[in-house]
Amino acid sequence: MSNLKALPIVPIEPAGTVEREKRSGRGKGPKPPKVRIKYNRREAVAGYLFILPWVLGFLVFTLGAMIYSLVISFSDYDLATDTATPIGLENYTNLIDDPKVMLALGNTLFYAIMAVPLEIAFALFLAMLLNRVGRGAGLFRTLYYLPKMTPSVAAASVFLLLLNGNYGAINRGLAAIGIQGPQWLTDPNWVKPSIVLMTLWSVSGTMIIFLAALKNVPVDLYEVASLDGAGKVRQFFSITVPMISGTIFFNVLVLTIAALQVFDQAFLLFWRNQTNASPESSLFYAVYLFQQAFRNFNFGFAAAMAWLIFLIIMIITVIQVKFGNRFVYYEGDRK
Amino acid sequence: MTTTLGTSNATVDPRVQAVGMQQAGGKSPASPGRAVRSVAGRIALWTLLTGFALAFLYPFLWLISASFKPRGEVFDNSLIPKTFSPQNYAEVWDKLPLLNWMGNSILIAVLAAGLVTLSSSVVAFGFAYFKFPGRDLLFGLVLATMMLPGAVTLIPTYLIWNNLGMIGTTVPLWGANLFGSAFYIFLQRQFFLGLPRELFEAARVDGASYWGMFWRIAVPLSIPSFIIVFIFEFQASWNNLQAPLIYLNFGAVENFTVPLGISYAMTAFSPGNGGQGDYQWVMVAALIVTMPMLILFAAGQRYFIEGIATQGRKG
Repeated sequence: MSNLKALPIVPIEPAGTVEREKRSGRGKGPKPPKVRIKYNRREAVAGYLFILPWVLGFLVFTLGAMIYSLVISFSDYDLATDTATPIGLENYTNLIDDPKVMLALGNTLFYAIMAVPLEIAFALFLAMLLNRVGRGAGLFRTLYYLPKMTPSVAAASVFLLLLNGNYGAINRGLAAIGIQGPQWLTDPNWVKPSIVLMTLWSVSGTMIIFLAALKNVPVDLYEVASLDGAGKVRQFFSITVPMISGTIFFNVLVLTIAALQVFDQAFLLFWRNQTNASPESSLFYAVYLFQQAFRNFNFGFAAAMAWLIFLIIMIITVIQVKFGNRFVYYEGDRK
Repeated sequence: MTTTLGTSNATVDPRVQAVGMQQAGGKSPASPGRAVRSVAGRIALWTLLTGFALAFLYPFLWLISASFKPRGEVFDNSLIPKTFSPQNYAEVWDKLPLLNWMGNSILIAVLAAGLVTLSSSVVAFGFAYFKFPGRDLLFGLVLATMMLPGAVTLIPTYLIWNNLGMIGTTVPLWGANLFGSAFYIFLQRQFFLGLPRELFEAARVDGASYWGMFWRIAVPLSIPSFIIVFIFEFQASWNNLQAPLIYLNFGAVENFTVPLGISYAMTAFSPGNGGQGDYQWVMVAALIVTMPMLILFAAGQRYFIEGIATQGRKG
């Protein structure tokens, strides 16, 4: 279909940016003169009507839900009678006293620290390979993307068997080259690497984003650099990395947030079965929250858990943004 | 190529635009200057690429092979079954209500994707075309909601549906899609901004209503972005595990969606739970649920790639 060629590439400037920069006083240049924008009344009303569905959804399913969630986190919620009895900070103190919360939090942070750098490195490596191949890139890109299309249940049911410590194909393969493979699914030290492996298998979304960024790096930069005698490694660190630093930064943010909320793989491989005694090192935060909320119907406790992870995600994101702004290189003068 | 004379006032970097066109075209060759030229380099490159391709494909090949094996041989790890057992494909329909699950999943996915495509595009047009007080602030709020972890609203959302008596129905799996979704609103707004504003001015002069401008001009010109949103949401809905676990995981097995059903089958057939280790049926089922996604990708690959690349560009 050729009409896709018409996909316009518009400058990516979130509408709020100018506004934000003004407030934070970071926008350079002279202050724009204060102009009162005249709004056409009919047009404004029509605009509000068009965005009304989102406004309603936001008020109920986002803002309303957030406030409700906060209230529940300070209450003892009884589902049978649908009543919330205020109990102050009790859910939060219970949270700190529950060793499983801290365990799940530790597991999740540990997983994120392991998974995110590996995902970034692997996705970038694959993207660079694809970027160098010329003809044939389309075929490989398609093949690499297939895992991303596989439903997590299908992937988990295959990996459950591939990773089986005694019979699984992965350990059989390792044995063939003389390596004794670990008990991926039962050894507490290996359950997180198992999930990292599954995550790396479907890393192609990140790869596509990197590939798009690599294509934006002007080729002449490399030509000039190699005329100047810069080797491949030097070119990678002095040209490629700075030129795509914005994309690296974006991917780190997105992957970190995703890693802190990982649910499907951990649930399917380890916690599907309520009676199953899986290693505690496979208890991820989202899984424990789910168990507390929808197995034990401990809504107050689970809501407090949700706010704790929200806070942690916010803190980590802020740190990443502060740190990121130092090394991200933006072409032009902005930011 | 439509000229981008949208409401946005920043200039378009011609290089970005050129690359964008290349990407949109699907099979874009890498920039020629960067392709490896030396023979040794090319061999190394192709070896690596092929190696990774095999690694990515191996679980699929293993899955296909296991789905044709009798029970005792699932674990023998040979890619060509020693005993060819196509009857797995006949038996699985008796063992698991796969047809019901697929029917449920398709219904939910079509509703979820159809509704979110329509609602997000209406909202996106509101943000793209009209000027009204607070617009930029509200759009910033749309983008901000993308950062909110799902866990925070999980329980209140459950209680909302509970109060409406919808637990155990499929409504919670698509109902909220009536109100648009942040990423899709962002994506479609970008698309609408690229349409020449003159088209709309001309329609105004001809007496078109605002809704007419949206429905008769913006929508027909934006089919590609509609397809992107539809297939993304279709995939997300088809693969969704957690929501069905919360809203459907009780009562009749026939009411499950495919992911919930397979998760159930993984447990039911595992030897630890009184099952016989009949993984061959789980493999058949896993293959059957993956097929629609592979077909979807084969049909809409360029839309997927474009959609993913857009995700990166919002950063």
